Amino acid sequence: MKYVDEFRDGELARGLSAAIRREADPARDYAFMEFCGGHTHAISRYGVIDLLPHNVRMIHGPGCPVCVLPVGRIDMAIRLAMTRAVTICSYGDCLRVPASDGLSLLKARARLDKSRADIRMIYSAADALALAQREPQREVVFLAIGFETTTPPTALVLKQAQALGLNNFSVLCNHVLTPAAIVAILEHPEGTGVKLDGFVGPAHVSTVIGSRPYDFVAAQYRKPVVIAGFEPLDVMQSILMLVRQVNEGRSEIENEFTRAVTRDGNLKAQAVVTEVFELRDHYEWRGLGSLPKSALKIRSEFARWDAEAKFGLDYTAVADHKSCDCGTILRGEKRPAECKLFGTVCTPETPLGSCMVSSEGACAAHYNYGRFRDVTTAG
Amino acid sequence: MKPNYTRPLDLRSGRIDLNHGAGGRATAQLVAELFGRAFDNPWLAQGNDGAVLPAPAAGERLVMSTDGHVVSPLFFPGGDIGSLAVHGTVNDLAVMGARPLYLSASFILEEGFPLAELKRIVDSMAAASRAAGVAVVCGDTKVVEQGKGDGVFIATTGIGALPPGRTPGGACARPGDVVLVSGSMGDHGMAIMAVREAIAFESEIRSDSAALNGLVEALFGAVPGSDVHVLRDPTRGGLATTLNEITRQSGTGMMIEEAAIPVHPQVAAACELLGLDPFYLANEGKLVVICAPARADQALAALRAHPLGANAARIGQVIEDQHGFVQLRTALGGMRMLDWLSGEPLPRIC
Repeated sequence: MKYVDEFRDGELARGLSAAIRREADPARDYAFMEFCGGHTHAISRYGVIDLLPHNVRMIHGPGCPVCVLPVGRIDMAIRLAMTRAVTICSYGDCLRVPASDGLSLLKARARLDKSRADIRMIYSAADALALAQREPQREVVFLAIGFETTTPPTALVLKQAQALGLNNFSVLCNHVLTPAAIVAILEHPEGTGVKLDGFVGPAHVSTVIGSRPYDFVAAQYRKPVVIAGFEPLDVMQSILMLVRQVNEGRSEIENEFTRAVTRDGNLKAQAVVTEVFELRDHYEWRGLGSLPKSALKIRSEFARWDAEAKFGLDYTAVADHKSCDCGTILRGEKRPAECKLFGTVCTPETPLGSCMVSSEGACAAHYNYGRFRDVTTAG
Repeated sequence: MKPNYTRPLDLRSGRIDLNHGAGGRATAQLVAELFGRAFDNPWLAQGNDGAVLPAPAAGERLVMSTDGHVVSPLFFPGGDIGSLAVHGTVNDLAVMGARPLYLSASFILEEGFPLAELKRIVDSMAAASRAAGVAVVCGDTKVVEQGKGDGVFIATTGIGALPPGRTPGGACARPGDVVLVSGSMGDHGMAIMAVREAIAFESEIRSDSAALNGLVEALFGAVPGSDVHVLRDPTRGGLATTLNEITRQSGTGMMIEEAAIPVHPQVAAACELLGLDPFYLANEGKLVVICAPARADQALAALRAHPLGANAARIGQVIEDQHGFVQLRTALGGMRMLDWLSGEPLPRIC
């Protein structure tokens, strides 16, 4: 496949692997956090770990949209579908996130009277808007989740809904902000043993916001960031760049993903996001707790299409399962296999925590791709 | 006297109604004019409650398998629910090492379903069964009220004859055995997904739906029966799930080479776009063969000499592993697991 295979080439990978081994100082350890689930997925799916020396450790960060979505937010959507006869549309992985009462959107769907309500998987925000246009008698709510990557499409459908004067469409907004999560990782008081030497910075998020918003990580926290694409060679190249920064005592924002990311990002996308959304005072993240100015809400000009306003929804926080270590895993303090529930009661078929849901989640990635490493096997 | 006192079925604009399932004259007419004509064989023509079939040859045993088909959309590039209903059951028999002989077909039709579409499906089914050399010898028709079915459901049951000396089974994989596939992975699953989600690609992705009994016979023609340890058709759950079923049954593990697994460029591109993995997508005309290492070259040559196996490839080997892990050496040079499918394959968000 042209334009993709070049970034997965085995020979180039061996070259990068040798360079990292050559330059990593055997006298010290390196701990880097890949912020994005996309990077976690690439590392696991392509077996990047096998190409790194033992003293370079990758820690999976919280940049997986469904992993940071708290139970209470999924409960809101399920309640809407069950009691208010609406059709909830959302992205695939979101449907599997465990919610209260043993439900998930997928399980709630099996209990709905389909003549009145439904829960559907869609590929883009535009699909939800199109459904509302096609079936005016159906009340459609788009459960919008994700970091800055998925925010502009949501902003666009809200503008379109306004332009069309659509009465049967609204958005339940759960868009969150990457820089706020990085601050939470760097400042978390309970932080037990994560000594981070740097970050593999977001790929798709950075195409939208640019590299400038990470400046504070280097300036205030003295940590290097290398923005990297989601292909395995991107990740390896960025690890090499991080090793060099650490070795040379530098803390800079570097950009490996220059084919897509600029210093200022996508200004048009940023403008439409600012037009439609404003900062929430507080938003609860799974694993990171309630963080100030860390998420977006829909501006009052668009209140008619804001499901929280339209249906008078209130958020009720729901505590995670008490043995669930999703929080410490999202903060990189524990590895998935260190959670008591991992692989016993919490599996991809019966996830208890959200990290086990999406293939971008640290636990699901380790379960699906890496758990063979936990036991010694032949071959 | 007039030769015919009934009006023929309106196959152009008629629709299934509840009478067609009531068991009376309308049912008989549907069976005679549509199913009987299309499947036309002496067993069906007898019109009895069951088909009386000849005993198998001396030394042969019977193999029986059943499969329900509920595909949506009913028609897709490369096939339809009719041909799929034949191939599904024929292939289940073929991978047991059996020569498929007879099929039954049970139709559950939804009130209001157009007869023209039903005819298309039945004709396709008849053509597929003839091509596979298998007769549809009995059947059943039921009609459910509108809204209680999805157009057409077809359940087929098949009987085949297992020649002596053939004993393939999931439990028979042994460390050292070689793993082969007969061609590209994921074509059927992606063809269905592309139609269902109305995703348009520059070139159409076609289902690989095909009867595998000819390919299986070609394999047994080239390799002694006892050296073919496992045969499987990797349908739902794809290659990954099939390999895991085999390691679980046989108490072994596997080491697979990602770069050796054939995948059509269009399917790979579509997977890339949707965040899916071709190793988890269904195939309906592909074979997984696990054979003794000394026979691997012969088996591969036999597969490649058959039109359905032109892209056959050697993808890895069976290893000792009490945990049953299927390990994949990635094209990048790392290792990972190729695990069971978990839930439905869902696209990723970012």
